[in-house]
Amino acid sequence: MKIEFLYWEDCPSHPDALARLREVLRAEGVDDAIDIVRIDSQEDAHRHAFPGSPTIRFNGVDLQPEGVQGSAMLTCRTYRTEAGRLSPLPTIAMIGDAVRTARLSRSGGR
Amino acid sequence: MPLALRERLVSFSLPATDGSTVSADQFAAAPILGVVFWCNHCPYVKAWEDRVIALQREYAGRGVRLVLISSNDPVAFPDDSFPAMQTRAREKAYPFPYLFDESQEVAKKFGATRTPEIFLFDRERVLRYHGAPDDNMEDTAAVTHRYLQDAIEALLAGRDPATSATPPKGCSIKWKK
Repeated sequence: MKIEFLYWEDCPSHPDALARLREVLRAEGVDDAIDIVRIDSQEDAHRHAFPGSPTIRFNGVDLQPEGVQGSAMLTCRTYRTEAGRLSPLPTIAMIGDAVRTARLSRSGGR
Repeated sequence: MPLALRERLVSFSLPATDGSTVSADQFAAAPILGVVFWCNHCPYVKAWEDRVIALQREYAGRGVRLVLISSNDPVAFPDDSFPAMQTRAREKAYPFPYLFDESQEVAKKFGATRTPEIFLFDRERVLRYHGAPDDNMEDTAAVTHRYLQDAIEALLAGRDPATSATPPKGCSIKWKK
């Protein structure tokens, strides 16, 4: 599985998000490497179609595609959790769902 | 550097989303004044927004006043433009003034760097708490330390806040280039 973690240093949510991602991958038995990409400029943001920090993609698919809106920019990203709350961080459950979906997609399960 | 504890309130006079101009000395009668650097776009602000609104509503009857100030560059972040601020204040029925610091001078005078970032002043307008609203931005039910509320309660009771400073946690203020 291709796993990308993109972040902007200025937004303080990325260490917690990366820790959650690693926790989920461990729990799901996924040992693929995480491609960690630091976004430092607007040019970087455009190049990586970066909608905000943190952004996590599995096989190129955003963890919460409906949360990707507007142009690429250096900003903190807002996630809507499964409980309906707004947060700068995806929850463990959201990341887990995305990992399982990516697995199913790759194995032709959906 | 942010204002240090025990430093005095910095004066300000800024346009509010309701069309008025709001200055710091308008709140002279309030026993506590909280100046909160804020904005529309930041997910940390969104995560804490309802709690800060509820806190203002809960303590309004005891004279506590919170004032929100957005200093973000609206060119870089159109969601933080003055019209967008007006929309947000209306949609959420903000129970506090929401002010636009277009020159960013007020944020600089306070030494604010984040949204949200709280500066809480006592009756003498001396800084008594600086930092975050509480210790769990994600989940109200999981909060163990209500820094802002505890500081308000302490000051209303004539005590020193048990916690007078915490690291502000949020988006950076978007300075003009």
